[in-house]
Amino acid sequence: MSIIWSMISKRLALGLLTLFVISIIIFGATELLPGDLAKNILGQSATPETVAAFRKELGLDLPAHTRYINWLLGALHGDFGTSLANKRPIADLIATRLSNTLFLALYAAAIAIPLSLTLGILAALYRNSIFDRAANAMALTSISFPEFFVAYILIFVLAQSGWFPSMARMDASTTFTEALYRTFLPALTLTLVVTAHMMRMTRAALINLLASPYIEMARLKGMSPARVILKHALPNALAPIITVVALNLAYLITGVVVVEAVFVYPGLGQLMVDSVSKRDFPVVQAVALIFAAAYVLLNLTADVLSTLSNPRLIHRK
Amino acid sequence: MTDFITGGLSRRGLLKGATALGAAGLILPASVRRAMAEPKKGGIIRIAFASGNTTDSLDPATWDSQFVQCFNTARNCTLTEIAPDGSLVPEIAESWEASADAVTWTFKIRKGVTYHSGKSLTPDDVVASINYHRGEESKSAAKPYVDPISDIKADGDNVVVTLSGGNADFPFIMADYHLVILPSADGKIDPMTTDGCGGYVLDSFEPGVSVKMTRNPNYWKTDRAWFDGVEILAIVDAAARQNALMTGEVDVIDSVDLNTVALLGRAPGIKVLPVAGNQHYVFVMDTRAAPFSDANVRQALKWGIDRQELVDKILQGYGEVGNDLPIGRQQPFYNTELEQKTYDPDKAKFFLKEAGMDKLDVQLSVADSAFAGAVDAGVLYAERAAAAGINIEVVREPSDGYWDNVWMKKPFCASYWGGRPTQDLMFSVAYSAGAPWNESFWDNARFNELLIAARSELDETKRRDMYWEMQSICANDSGTVIPMFASYVMAHSDKVGIPEVVGANQGMDGLRAIERWWFA
Amino acid sequence: MSFLIALFWIAVAIAGALTAGWLFLKIAASVTRGGTARALRSAPVTAGFGMLVILLYILVALLAPVIAPYAEREVVGAQFLPWDSTHLLGTDNLGRDMFTRLVYGARNTVGIAFLTTALAFSIGSILGLLAATVGGWMDQVLSRIVDILMAIPSLIFSLLLLTIFGTSVVTLILVIATIDSTRVFRLARSVALNIVVMDYIEAAKLRGEGLWRLITREILPNALAPLVAEFGLRFCFVFLMISALSFLGVGIQPPTADWGSMVKDNAALITFGDVTPLLPAGAIALLTVAVNFVVDWMLHRASGLKE
Repeated sequence: MSIIWSMISKRLALGLLTLFVISIIIFGATELLPGDLAKNILGQSATPETVAAFRKELGLDLPAHTRYINWLLGALHGDFGTSLANKRPIADLIATRLSNTLFLALYAAAIAIPLSLTLGILAALYRNSIFDRAANAMALTSISFPEFFVAYILIFVLAQSGWFPSMARMDASTTFTEALYRTFLPALTLTLVVTAHMMRMTRAALINLLASPYIEMARLKGMSPARVILKHALPNALAPIITVVALNLAYLITGVVVVEAVFVYPGLGQLMVDSVSKRDFPVVQAVALIFAAAYVLLNLTADVLSTLSNPRLIHRK
Repeated sequence: MTDFITGGLSRRGLLKGATALGAAGLILPASVRRAMAEPKKGGIIRIAFASGNTTDSLDPATWDSQFVQCFNTARNCTLTEIAPDGSLVPEIAESWEASADAVTWTFKIRKGVTYHSGKSLTPDDVVASINYHRGEESKSAAKPYVDPISDIKADGDNVVVTLSGGNADFPFIMADYHLVILPSADGKIDPMTTDGCGGYVLDSFEPGVSVKMTRNPNYWKTDRAWFDGVEILAIVDAAARQNALMTGEVDVIDSVDLNTVALLGRAPGIKVLPVAGNQHYVFVMDTRAAPFSDANVRQALKWGIDRQELVDKILQGYGEVGNDLPIGRQQPFYNTELEQKTYDPDKAKFFLKEAGMDKLDVQLSVADSAFAGAVDAGVLYAERAAAAGINIEVVREPSDGYWDNVWMKKPFCASYWGGRPTQDLMFSVAYSAGAPWNESFWDNARFNELLIAARSELDETKRRDMYWEMQSICANDSGTVIPMFASYVMAHSDKVGIPEVVGANQGMDGLRAIERWWFA
Repeated sequence: MSFLIALFWIAVAIAGALTAGWLFLKIAASVTRGGTARALRSAPVTAGFGMLVILLYILVALLAPVIAPYAEREVVGAQFLPWDSTHLLGTDNLGRDMFTRLVYGARNTVGIAFLTTALAFSIGSILGLLAATVGGWMDQVLSRIVDILMAIPSLIFSLLLLTIFGTSVVTLILVIATIDSTRVFRLARSVALNIVVMDYIEAAKLRGEGLWRLITREILPNALAPLVAEFGLRFCFVFLMISALSFLGVGIQPPTADWGSMVKDNAALITFGDVTPLLPAGAIALLTVAVNFVVDWMLHRASGLKE
């Protein structure tokens, strides 16, 4: 087991390095974008003098490396600073939005992961049957519609009839059950978006193993197909399945800006897109780092689980 | 985007009329005709805006979208107000008068106005509030408009403003939404304050998400602020906004998606509210760069666009055909005898030939951040111009950074203007040589000469002749194709009461829907 | 009642599709010879349907100018005309023939998606297999780079890149392919990691097989199945990416017809019960289902299962 612990600590250290590199990339990219916050807030009506005055107030007149180092020093002390645009402490800005984002991601995952694993295993078990084909075709159809379009269809069917609200508004007074009700449509949209990928990967990984000699052996012993799949194929197919589940979980946290926009859900994605478009660099950095950290952790978890699922990897020479 | 003071305002009689209007007090225009639908108090109005960004701030220097402009107009007051009919009426200034040369303006400040915090409004607050936008250190988008102020000081109950040059339109500028009056201490305002003296008290402000406000029980206006409370939401996606209105989750939306406006209008209990103003959409050429430096090429491009088709397909009829003039038909000194340009490929070809060409290849840069439907408008333009031998390649630029990267940088691009109350302002801002927003870099000697002459010309007939000539020059020589004037299109549930005359100087009833509308 | 009628028509459509697939397989098997014909004869009807649809799409894409009644960008009348004999599927928001736009859309959309996916897979799988086989510092460097790129949300990252580098079709393909290739890399590596510990790889190494031979002959064939399955999905994700990007304001240059943008342009109509946006969305869905039916069949063959 010690190999696992050394792997985790090594990967966490690497994760920190990743975050550092990402902060440089994001900073560089926002620098490369045309214009800065001063010009973007003042817009079409900006005159050179007002822009210059605004820049000076924000400290945007300092050279790029100075601004980056200042930010980094603050961040190392746990101070992510304040939004350039409205002077709010970034921690405040992010806190509620982060919990909203996590809530929606977990909600969707709680529906999508069991659903897609079950469907995937059933599809592999009854491969090439009508059930397999139908489940496949339906899953594929649901992911070949763009997210916002799926959302519009759900709104048309489920919100205009009055069953669910078309907006997933959240505030401090929203209770847990109420939140589940209000965010049902976005969660359903996301479920439809991620299920097919996970289900198909489960099915593919299982079928890939079914021709292996040891499966053949199990079958010749007269084991039932269900047992063969659950007992023998599944443990060995876990690595790719875990990988794809982790990828989709990361997607649910970091990639849902379009769904947030359609359902007016105050999550981190919208904050990031808004801040990018206005070049509010400290906010962009903070959100990007949260996204990156979520990804790194999920990734690490997936790798640890994959390694545990394959003893040969633990004892790799 | 900021478009200062817009709309069809009359300059006539402003100098003399202002005090008279002040004395007349606040008579809501059209209040007589509206006898059948009397406003009444009550209800919480929920409004959804297309704008609203997580970077929004309480600082009046940065109010760049209708979301912040509208809720801050409800929270605050300005010195003057542009009434729904376009005239100027008093707000914090009870009355005002100018010296004969319109250089010195004296505003009499209303007494007994209190902030939400209970503090009384003083002339010093007015001075500090205006000063916040002035001077070297100012980052305010309204700075160019208060720059001509050379001195502002409190004098008893009055505020006296001295300008660097005569300006008969000065009180109009004081109605600008940036120039709200905030409490001050030691001659400075706190720009991030949540206080205000308007009809609604700010309860919560979550940038890019929502605003909640309740009625100010001590509001000095008795015939305004009907709603008990206001909830404002940012819903950026057009379809989501319409859905919110149709499912009854909001009562009013702005910026209706014109592609589906006909379907929305058919939905039960929903009314579409179009308001025609001076807002116009333009395609602008850099007149310094070949081939646009040739006036014949500019003419060819102006005859090669199908204006009516753009009004039909981009505005869905919610607008008017433009004639390459930034001046609305209802504005004073509009040249009624100027030939209306139509789509005429033969004429376009003729002008191309005059320029010594038989075909023309140009690139047109567009993005929907220039105006809603700009990309589609560019495609239609290209399609029609092809018949005249003009090959327009439409380049869709990223919406992000459009005003920085494309506008006034690329030789041929899309843009929009909210319009200005007077011809002089409009032409000075965007068409006179050397003006910072002269987006076509147009420099016509005769036009520039007439512009200066007309500003100080007092004889109405001579002045009219000058403006008519300027419009003729502008329409035929300038680098700006103005195919259409776009209405502000809003929609609301039929439970909302709307005055008969709705302000056209800005969207949302001149940004004052919150205090002017009510629940029927 | 209307629900039952809808069910009936869906059943008819499925039956028709299966019949068409079956006929296609019969005909294809009779015109081909040897191994191909044998394979086709044993293929399931769904695979036949999938191949038929793909073939049709390719034909439409190649023959677009012949099939389409009007030019791609031509404005033929008023906007939103209803379906009739002159305009089979009516007109779009600018008065362009919807059917024509869909036909040209096949050419642009499928072309771009195929190029992007092919590029993403070439980069991603080669590097992924290389990392897993060589291991050590190579694996470390490549994996860290991919980790970093993947840790930035793809939609926001591509939005950033497209804003910086412009939105020509070439940049669009390169940006999406680069971002997609990181996903392929990760999958290829994780699959290959399970293979490189197999005994036969050890044997091949001991035999002294070169790196390239090891990857292409020993590892790739055994890693192919999940990669092929991923290809089918990634292919359709490209449409979705383009669609989402145009939702956020960057997308394909006009007046090029493209299904992703067409869905976005007309999407709001669905909330009024208008089916127009279902046409381009349906075109994408049909192709996705078809491609993945064929992929399933290949997956099945690759797995070596005989049933």
